[in-house]
Amino acid sequence: MRLSSAFRESELARNIAGNIAKATTRRWNIMEFCGTHTVAIFRHGLKAMLPGYINLVSGPGCPVCVTSRNDIDRILYLADLPGTIVATYGDMMKVPGSGMSLSDKRALGADVRVVYSIMDAVGIARANPPARVIFNAVGFETTAPSTAAVVRGACSEGIDNFHILSLHKVTPPVVTALLDGGTEVDGFLCPGHVCSIIGSRPLEPVAAGYKKPCVIAGFEPADVLQGILMLVRQLEEARSEVEIEYSRGVRPEGNTNALAVMDEVFCRVPAEWRGIGEVDGTGLKLREEFAAFDAERFIDREIVSEPDPPGCQCGEVLRGEIVPTDCALFGSACNPENPVGPCMVSSEGSCATYYQYAEKTRRQYEDKTGR
Amino acid sequence: MTEVIKLAHGSGGEASRRLVEDVIAVYFKNEALDPLDDSAVMAVQGGRLAFTTDSYTVDPIFFPGGDIGSLAVHGTVNDLAMVGARPVALTLGLILEEGLALSDLRRILESVRDACSEARVNVVAGDTKVVERGSADGIFINTSGIGTVPEGVNISASNAVPGDVVILSGNIGDHGIAVLSMREGMDFTTTLKSDSAPLNTMVQAMLEVTKDIHAMRDPTRGGLGTSLNEIAARSKVGIEIEEAAVPVDSQVRDACDMLGFDVFYVANEGKLVAFVPESEAAAVLDAVKAARYGGNAAVIGKVVKENPGLVTLNTQVGGRRILSPLSGELLPRIC
Repeated sequence: MRLSSAFRESELARNIAGNIAKATTRRWNIMEFCGTHTVAIFRHGLKAMLPGYINLVSGPGCPVCVTSRNDIDRILYLADLPGTIVATYGDMMKVPGSGMSLSDKRALGADVRVVYSIMDAVGIARANPPARVIFNAVGFETTAPSTAAVVRGACSEGIDNFHILSLHKVTPPVVTALLDGGTEVDGFLCPGHVCSIIGSRPLEPVAAGYKKPCVIAGFEPADVLQGILMLVRQLEEARSEVEIEYSRGVRPEGNTNALAVMDEVFCRVPAEWRGIGEVDGTGLKLREEFAAFDAERFIDREIVSEPDPPGCQCGEVLRGEIVPTDCALFGSACNPENPVGPCMVSSEGSCATYYQYAEKTRRQYEDKTGR
Repeated sequence: MTEVIKLAHGSGGEASRRLVEDVIAVYFKNEALDPLDDSAVMAVQGGRLAFTTDSYTVDPIFFPGGDIGSLAVHGTVNDLAMVGARPVALTLGLILEEGLALSDLRRILESVRDACSEARVNVVAGDTKVVERGSADGIFINTSGIGTVPEGVNISASNAVPGDVVILSGNIGDHGIAVLSMREGMDFTTTLKSDSAPLNTMVQAMLEVTKDIHAMRDPTRGGLGTSLNEIAARSKVGIEIEEAAVPVDSQVRDACDMLGFDVFYVANEGKLVAFVPESEAAAVLDAVKAARYGGNAAVIGKVVKENPGLVTLNTQVGGRRILSPLSGELLPRIC
């Protein structure tokens, strides 16, 4: 039997949901950090299986959404340089910078190409010398190791027209930054794929220092439910530990090879998170020996960005202070075809997910029927 | 910013609907167009005529299970079939980009011919234009089709009523994933083929069981989710779908998991969804299953009075959610 269908078995899921209902005695606010979890929760209709007092809050775990306006403006600046090809993941095309997106830039004649992996960007560089190819490197610890490995490879191969603008971010420090900033959640559902790289240890300070339990969960519906159950049990028993639900993918020490190549190629710098601000040690910058690959060096002036558009509450959404449907622009001025903020752009952005899965209608319907 | 046409307007989802309903159709209000069914049905001397047109662009032009030629025939034949019409004749409009290999054009035309022959319809008129390199993507095709609607048949997306049973003619998502896997830069391979196929014979078999088929759609771009929403909105009814009953090939499911797609929005080119009275459902299902291309057909849900305009999905794991029309475009996720 295939792994994913085994985990979709409804009997298993229903049993876990039943156990959550039994274990829960009061309201708990649980943040699912990662957009992939948000999508899984909506796609499988899991909210309908949970007791009403489990409150799931989406976090800042969508790399597209947390990319700052200034970072978008910087890649837009690079796209305008003569002889430059910008290669980007499709998700990034429509994220608005100060008044424009990569998609708009392309419409105005810039050479912007959508790729599905960084390898394709290297391929474009190989095929198009002397054009300068700049890969818009976005993503958390899931994609940063492959960027690192590719840069190292390009270095030994001597490809000199390939560069990256590293917007990569590492996640654990932002969890504590959220808590320092006053985000009120009781526990964290943490992403299995990120933790398969970083392991469970980087989350220890959250559980031990901040007394917020963390459970690392996979993305099948039964994984998500089991993760919530483990969190509820910790909360009800006043425990605060890092537990691994996704044990088939995550070891406490993580993927040491991936971590090693990341560390070899990148150093940690402060990074700007949209809606959260600058967080120390969350940015990944190419080390000195790979500086030739760093597209930063083509940015020869300060890029000044406009403030976020009036009314846009992506910041509050990313900090878990409001849910997307609370934003006045949600579904009216801001929708997936005309996104105002980045959370409405990415397929895993909280706002886009709430919109696609008609959360506003669901809430109205449930208010009406009292379900 | 000035409003411009975006790719999302062609995605088959919510943006496409608004473009058609709010921007285009408003100029041409008339009885035959207004229901916005897959074909317009008009009374003519001695009977009723169905008339439809569709343009085709696909990347790549040749894909497993078909090409733009077969697609252009199947799509228009199916639009006729969705109002219960028997196709009578097609027109073929070709927009060719300078530089297209003549051998590719011949291959496409052979495929048009073969698809017509299976659907028992002829191309009776045509047009050809050549545009400068860069003004088209190899080849664009437009086909228009006319058909006759048998007496007593009245199928429209507006005609579903509470109590109707929803029948789906087979696996969803095959076309979208098969085509996507062939695109440059997509590093996955499958043994999947597009489901591109003519459905007119299947529909005729269904109509032989009963003329009382209420609503029908072939879920192409925008997928099954979008088609169900069109019917829920036009018929002002609620639709409840059982996810576990919807057949999906395991390769399609895996590809969707990997890319972050929801299979309910992935394109099909040879599937139909039919709304029939409960009393006729079993016999109609048998007819669909017996037809070529209908082997995996299943009852996937029912029409209810509650929540008019809303499609509700009871998920496989026992959850429940709203199945809304596709918004934006389907884009692979990053992580």
